[in-house]
Amino acid sequence: MSSESKQEKIVELDEDGHLANRDEWTKDLAQDFANLEEVGELTDRHWDVINYIRDEYDKKGDAPSIRKLTKESGVSTKELYKLFPKGPAKKAAKIAGLPKPKGCI
Amino acid sequence: MTQFIMKEKEDAKEENRSLNEPIKKVSIIISKGSLDGVYPGLIMGNGARMEGIDATLFFTFFGLEAIINKKMDTLKVPTVGNPAMHIPTMLGGLPGMSSFATKKMKAEMEKLDIPPVREFIEMIHDTGADIYACKATVDMFHLNESDFCEQVDGIITVGEFYEKSAGAEIIFT
Repeated sequence: MSSESKQEKIVELDEDGHLANRDEWTKDLAQDFANLEEVGELTDRHWDVINYIRDEYDKKGDAPSIRKLTKESGVSTKELYKLFPKGPAKKAAKIAGLPKPKGCI
Repeated sequence: MTQFIMKEKEDAKEENRSLNEPIKKVSIIISKGSLDGVYPGLIMGNGARMEGIDATLFFTFFGLEAIINKKMDTLKVPTVGNPAMHIPTMLGGLPGMSSFATKKMKAEMEKLDIPPVREFIEMIHDTGADIYACKATVDMFHLNESDFCEQVDGIITVGEFYEKSAGAEIIFT
């Protein structure tokens, strides 16, 4: 754990437990969310997914579907479920500081 | 005057707690072979995995068409016998109507990023869901393992399906 994250800080969440205010997102906070979600240490592959969904969110206003994500980010469905076990779409969005995804696919 | 006092259920609290617990596992039975009969089960199965819920898909009767190599790419939407299609039965029976409806529905689904059946089955299997074919149906239709797409984890009996569904919610589609 980095030294900054040892400092006390209060971060407001929305009703789904995602970051309420996107501007507060930092890479350290992403790691804190990852620890909370039991995803563990974020690797380059995690960051490929996180950066991709942040870009998509900025463009489209919602996190991408898993199908789109796996086609465009270069991370396969299998790998995605390994990187973010127990619910990749929601967990990746949460770590990326985005609201819960609205899509069903 | 007699007063009746009902004994309070001791395990009522316990029951309430289990009612509020999140779903951990689902077993989805897909029994229909039309395009609109197959998709709900696939979407529910994939959606379960997206939420971190374990999922088992069990294909039975005409639902098997969705995992048979030679059939899974050509499933159709029926245009007869479904009042919700709002096509008069006599018109729905005309040649080409089903193909037309199927084409339209596929285009709409692509817009929503819902994959075609084969790709969807691959995707669902890659999420870690198990896919099984029903033995009784396989025998009835004189099929064997080589008829199925590679994602099928096995041909199992109803009894084995229930064994694998221990602790799961069973959803019939």
